[in-house]
Amino acid sequence: MRKQALRWAICLIALGALLIGVSIFSLCVGAVNISSGDILKIIFGGKGTAGYDILFNIRLPRILLGFAIGGALSLAGVISQGMFRNPLVEPYTLGLSGGAALGVCLNIILRLKNPFGIPSLPLCGFLGSALVIAIVYFLSRKKGALKMQGLLLTGVMISFICSSLVMLIMALSRSEDLHGIVFWIMGSLEEPNRLLIKAALAVSVTGLFISYIFCKDLNVLALGEEEAAHLGVNVERVKLALFLLASLLTGASVAVAGIIGFVGLTVPHLVRMALGQDHRIVLAASFLTGGVFLILCDTLARTIITPLELPVGVITGILGGSIFVWALTKSAAAPGER
Amino acid sequence: MLDIHNLTCGYGGGFSLKDINMRVEKGELMGIIGPNGSGKTTLFRAVTRILKPERGSVMFEGRDIRRIPVKELSTGMAIVSQGAEAGSMTLEEFVLLGRTPYFNRFQFLETSKDLSAAEKAMKLTGTYGLRDRPMSRMSGGERQLGLIARALAQEPRLLLLDEPTTHLDIAHQVVIMDLIKKLNRDLGITIVVVLHDLNLASEYCGRITLMKNGNIYKTGTPGEVLTYQIIEEAYNTVVVVEKNPVSSRPYVLVVPEEERNKKNIKYKDR
Repeated sequence: MRKQALRWAICLIALGALLIGVSIFSLCVGAVNISSGDILKIIFGGKGTAGYDILFNIRLPRILLGFAIGGALSLAGVISQGMFRNPLVEPYTLGLSGGAALGVCLNIILRLKNPFGIPSLPLCGFLGSALVIAIVYFLSRKKGALKMQGLLLTGVMISFICSSLVMLIMALSRSEDLHGIVFWIMGSLEEPNRLLIKAALAVSVTGLFISYIFCKDLNVLALGEEEAAHLGVNVERVKLALFLLASLLTGASVAVAGIIGFVGLTVPHLVRMALGQDHRIVLAASFLTGGVFLILCDTLARTIITPLELPVGVITGILGGSIFVWALTKSAAAPGER
Repeated sequence: MLDIHNLTCGYGGGFSLKDINMRVEKGELMGIIGPNGSGKTTLFRAVTRILKPERGSVMFEGRDIRRIPVKELSTGMAIVSQGAEAGSMTLEEFVLLGRTPYFNRFQFLETSKDLSAAEKAMKLTGTYGLRDRPMSRMSGGERQLGLIARALAQEPRLLLLDEPTTHLDIAHQVVIMDLIKKLNRDLGITIVVVLHDLNLASEYCGRITLMKNGNIYKTGTPGEVLTYQIIEEAYNTVVVVEKNPVSSRPYVLVVPEEERNKKNIKYKDR
């Protein structure tokens, strides 16, 4: 077991190093390539130069946001998969993205931006997912117990209803609104508001710490709810806390960056394949890997057809989806599988 | 050790336990038998707090189980149930989960005490050599021993086992039952075991409780419970009860329809 702790520490250090490496790479490449040696020069050169502007006002905020959102989505994925003992659950399966998309669409179409300012956009997204969470949660409560299968089905259905409503709004909206909606739905790390970036970072890192309070409970839940209760876990309370945590992480991510799919599905799956099922390592490793993955995807998104930019959600969808399919055919390391 | 008073509980639907009264003494090895659907597993679910009683109470060491914090209860009482999922974790990881009730909320790594308790549990069950093998690649017998090892890692004073010998061949059945006997005799763990095999219950248990239709039909020594009248009445089937020449405990034989017709026996006319 001491050996195991050492192995975990090495894993985390390696992932941390990878994160730093990917961040530096992402700082360097773009419409203007900056060599890694020049970065130090620019930093010490101080404000005012064009290079400084590119690094600190354009690229670094995106990297920070990519880290926060990638981490938060992966963490929410690990938590919901652990809770449902189902490898195919991700935050979006629970209907959260649908609710957020609906909220944002309503915001755009009702032009709430004018009276309330730009931050009302993420706020509406968050309210949308919060509303869906509340509906899903109360519909799946029976006799004081949270019915997991019911929760999953309700989430999927509400997801469908929301996306149909979004289609309806899109069909009825004017073309200038349409572009805003489409771009938001495809997801992007372009976020001019510094405060929102800081908020996203704070939420995801706090989420990581809170999730560690429940890491042992997640391990025991893998045995089934009744077994977990036999081992002294207060199952109903843990499920409620984890559900809220996953919702908050997803809601915050969707609100800031739009819909970025497959991160919460692919990253935890790969991490479980490599490191096993113990949530004491899977939580943190998924968080870091998610950050690395999204920063990489975003770097691709903004460099692949420069000077134009692709929505990062498209890249994560294509990359994440293909990796997931490849991983599924290669092994069955999913939780709950015999 | 365990005191059940007028316990009535159920799933809201048709099936339920009605007015169960039962007492398990410290150090006892008690067997529970009864036809399918007679309420044996339900009784266990009530004792482990999964099911809420509608009426009556379950007392564990003199305290009502609903008053004992869940974590504390899991350090006194452990259950080996039928439906545990283990996935792809190794035996050692699986057994260490039995230490969960001893963890502090902010403790991440096992203490050396946890490790030695798990090691002891694996050695007692003879599974220490398999500790790095994934649970998904165990045979039925090894898996069952692993489940018992996890329960032992909880260091319980009362151990409940729900049909630990089902789906096992006779050699493995004997391995499991010998282990249960050893735990009871050498470690002083009080044990309640649900068994389908009447003869295993007869050979190993000090007392047997026979359940039928959510009630306790009869409690007593194997000799008192396993008579052909009682068994035929409870199971609605013709049996012959003889004595095991080695242990001189009763054993129960079934009689096929063909033989019954030949000799023209029906259990009602005997």
